[in-house]
Amino acid sequence: MKTAVIADDSAIIRRIARSILETFGFACREARDGQEALDICRQSMPTLLLLDWEMPEMDGIGVAMALRADPEPGPKILFCSTHNDLLHIQQALEAGSDEYVMKPFDSAILEDKLRSIGLVN
Amino acid sequence: MSGAMEALRGFVRDNAGINLGADKDYLVVSRLKPQLTSWNVATLDGLVDRLRAQPKGSLASQVIAALTINETLWFRDQKPFEALKSVIIPDLVSRVPADRPIAIWSAACSSGQEVYSIAMTMREEEQQLRGRRFGILGSDICEPVLARARSGIYSQFEVQRGLPVQRLVKYFEDLGGEWRVRTELRANIEFRALNLLDLPQNMGPFDIIFCRNVLIYFEPPIKKAVLASLAARTRPGGYLALGGAETTLGLTAAFTPLPGWAGVYRKTA
Repeated sequence: MKTAVIADDSAIIRRIARSILETFGFACREARDGQEALDICRQSMPTLLLLDWEMPEMDGIGVAMALRADPEPGPKILFCSTHNDLLHIQQALEAGSDEYVMKPFDSAILEDKLRSIGLVN
Repeated sequence: MSGAMEALRGFVRDNAGINLGADKDYLVVSRLKPQLTSWNVATLDGLVDRLRAQPKGSLASQVIAALTINETLWFRDQKPFEALKSVIIPDLVSRVPADRPIAIWSAACSSGQEVYSIAMTMREEEQQLRGRRFGILGSDICEPVLARARSGIYSQFEVQRGLPVQRLVKYFEDLGGEWRVRTELRANIEFRALNLLDLPQNMGPFDIIFCRNVLIYFEPPIKKAVLASLAARTRPGGYLALGGAETTLGLTAAFTPLPGWAGVYRKTA
């Protein structure tokens, strides 16, 4: 079964993302900050990490870099942020992100992005 | 703002029979906001007031058109672009003289996503092309959408539909809220307003024609005429890509299906 960790400090975004990801067959866990996201991932590595940028404790870039520094293969990382400019997107890609969703998003965008990283057909 | 959104959804539902859910609010905003100045209103609330005053006027038609035009996607259906990369380019490279540019036509290109998707694919296959040049013609019957295609400027929403972020970073400039296709990618692309039912005699010939999701709108006699017209403008052994729900079966013998590639055809001779 495909699994996802949704890391976002906004409960509304987590709820929207969960409802969309569940329709694509993901079993979802949620994290409210970067450290919690990292801990949950290391406990049991998900297929997908949907990762906000600005979060308490550790930001999304920190989480991505920490996971990419781990020896075991990490999840597909899909940044999901309001930082919608080229420099931020490049920074996320350099930190190991596989795709990038600019907020606001809807299910069509998320589906296209999941397809782009091979997680839906 | 939410009152304006609700009013706009109601307006489109009552006047065009189309239900835009609340999850499409970003679409309503991204389609309407850039046009507010040209409509002489400052806000969406102002637009709603004008629509209430004149629910059947030309402003009403423009708002409906802006909200109901189909979204076009980057790399739509993916298959034709994979066929281009793995079958069509190798074949053309093996038999087209090295000094003749490969001629490609996107025959109903709308706001240009297909044209630029073809251009990106060609750029990424530079090694296979071994220095061969190519030119892409994008045409559509509708001049306003061609103007958009020519500008190469897309909203944040549009660049997220089917375009992998690595290609966004590589081929687009960030205009702050909108994204513009880089000049390098636009270099060998031309856009022209053309009616598929009334094409100029001296067009082509092309090595590859993309004519996707157009024939579905026509009756069989018109489909036949359009396919004959496309065949006359395709080089022998050239290719035609149709939409996934379209076929040449029973309409023309000029094209035969490319085995294993649904929707892709080769000109018989």
